[in-house]
Amino acid sequence: MNKIAKQEILDNLRNASPSKGDFVTDNSVIYDKKWTQEQKIERFCQVTSAVNTQIKQTTLHDAQRDLIDLLTEKGVRHLMQGSPSPIAKEITDNWTAMDTGVKLRSFDQKIEACKEELFSVDASLTTTLGAIAETGSLILWPTREEPRLLSLVPPIHVALVYEDRFFNTFLEAIEQEQWTTHMPTNALLISGPSKTSDIEQELCYGVHGPKELVVMIIRNN
Amino acid sequence: MTLVNGKDFKGRVHKALKDEELRANFRRAMDGLMGKRAMQFTDGDEWTRLRNLGESIKKRALSKLPELLERLEENCTKNGIKVHWARTVDEANSIILEILKSHDVKTVVKGKSMVSEEMELNHFLGDHGIRALEADLGEYIVQMAGQMPSHIVMPAIHMNKGQIAKLFQDNLPDTPYSEDAAELTAIARKELRREFMEAGAGLSGVNFAVAETGTLCLVENEGNGRMVTTVPPVHIAVTGIEKVVENLSDVPALLSLLTRSATGQPITTYFNMISSPRKEGEKDGPKEVHLVLLDNGRSKVYRDTETRDTLQCIRCGACMNHCPVYTRIGGHAYGGVYPGPIGKILTPQLEGLDEYPEHASASTLCNACVEVCPVKIPIAKMLVRLRDENSGNCPHGEHPLKGRGAKSSTIENAGWSGWAAMNASPATYKVATTAMSRIGNLLPQSAPMLKEWTSVRVKPKFAKKTLHQMAKEMGLKDE
Ligand code: SF4
Repeated sequence: MNKIAKQEILDNLRNASPSKGDFVTDNSVIYDKKWTQEQKIERFCQVTSAVNTQIKQTTLHDAQRDLIDLLTEKGVRHLMQGSPSPIAKEITDNWTAMDTGVKLRSFDQKIEACKEELFSVDASLTTTLGAIAETGSLILWPTREEPRLLSLVPPIHVALVYEDRFFNTFLEAIEQEQWTTHMPTNALLISGPSKTSDIEQELCYGVHGPKELVVMIIRNN
Repeated sequence: MTLVNGKDFKGRVHKALKDEELRANFRRAMDGLMGKRAMQFTDGDEWTRLRNLGESIKKRALSKLPELLERLEENCTKNGIKVHWARTVDEANSIILEILKSHDVKTVVKGKSMVSEEMELNHFLGDHGIRALEADLGEYIVQMAGQMPSHIVMPAIHMNKGQIAKLFQDNLPDTPYSEDAAELTAIARKELRREFMEAGAGLSGVNFAVAETGTLCLVENEGNGRMVTTVPPVHIAVTGIEKVVENLSDVPALLSLLTRSATGQPITTYFNMISSPRKEGEKDGPKEVHLVLLDNGRSKVYRDTETRDTLQCIRCGACMNHCPVYTRIGGHAYGGVYPGPIGKILTPQLEGLDEYPEHASASTLCNACVEVCPVKIPIAKMLVRLRDENSGNCPHGEHPLKGRGAKSSTIENAGWSGWAAMNASPATYKVATTAMSRIGNLLPQSAPMLKEWTSVRVKPKFAKKTLHQMAKEMGLKDE
């Protein structure tokens, strides 16, 4: 049946008169959106703060301390990361040696074996591929090590972005990084915590995804 | 329970117009949405260039539609996504039922999908013992109320907090009455989390399907779309065949136009790009991904280069947000799946003019929809075309639409032939106009044709003298 259906649909479309015009794609309106390195970061922060994203600017040297402070302040008990962790050693090394009160756990099994656990941790930590200045978006590129549910299920999501990974636009990221040659199982743009305004257009955060999104921008110095 | 029905449009309109609560709900919501959208397009030059770009991307995709659909199938298949083709709603429903049955699925959790509304999928699955649960908050509310979405982006926009509070209290165990939106949202979150964990399959729509890479793109704020496409072991995506775009680089412009036009957001919280099922070694994601490509009349709309523009739609809802008719009557009055201006042109084309005879007339042709449409669909022009076809005239159409001539009437046709004959000679014209100035005011309101005219207007008052007589008296020469 599938073959017949396909044939009939395609035949119908092919029998139609051709569209008139040549439909040139002029992306210049997007290419015109350009900022300097610092402006990109500034714009990113401004756009994403408007949708309740929390921003923490730090350096690799201070990141661990800042992260622990942040988690403690939020009362986080269990922080989940990927496995083997793609997070910089400077951030997660000697975690247990620190008297943090926050347990660091790993997403080290298939989801079928750890659904209950994942749905019960209170925060997650992930890397990103970079960020987009125009729309204040993070680019997530989940991998075997860092599964996609890490950025969705726990109520607090902490994401790391390095300062040299800011793009002007989504289009620039696609083109510069040649996405089309290696699309992953799932790629994501994340712009703020989960939200809805389905009830009388009143904005509420944390419907199905994280209630809080924290972006740690890792500066070079 | 089904509300899909084009008949008795007028009855529903009258009912909606008298419902003050409904009208207040819509007025408030549409004002809010219009304001937010306007804030996004303050730079007129950027708006003009971006929508030209969006239009050209969609037009280019449609110009190669059959080729792109084949390319999409080829690349999806290469990535491990199974592609199914369905000519009709019935075919699409059976395909989905088969997949669910083969996995012994009892509950399928759903992300927002207007195509699945078009298929009345929930109803169909329910009849076959499978529970389809809507997970988008608005859809969840509407499903609980046994209704249909009244807006394509904001399904529960017709309800207010009080109505939703009552609904939750009545339908969910141990739920106290609360009019607090955050609390209501939290209740839904809790209820649905377990469902995501336990569901046997997830179902979603598709905003853009990228032929070049075999990627399915989903736009959403809540995260339910990500849940249903990630947690259950099987993911089924359904889409109309017009959603395919050629390249990944076509997506950013359309995404920007969509979210800014729809809700006035620079982007939604999540933009989810799915290119394959779970790969070897990956720890999460569905093990199977299916894509159902539905025609359901679209290839017929495509046949005619004029009506083809209808298929450019990216379902942003801006046309309804700005429509003075929609704002006053709400989404349910239309009786179809797609309300507002896009519904007025799309529904009669998909379902037949005879099924939805009033849709094309329910417009003042004010052009508000055309001005805001991010892909420049000439909605007003299409409404005029549909009106022409309704009356059986279609001088410009390459292909007559289904149900053409639905509103043509013998009396009206005879009237127009008479009118033509009367205008053909100065003598008959004079006789007729003079007669109207004498007896016009004596005609009862129920006279043929006058009846139609006066159903929504006051009876015209005929002048005692014709324009020609008055001109003559003023000394103008009759040439
Ligand atoms: S017709 Fe245009 S404005 Fe209306 S929903 Fe479609 S894209 Fe949006």
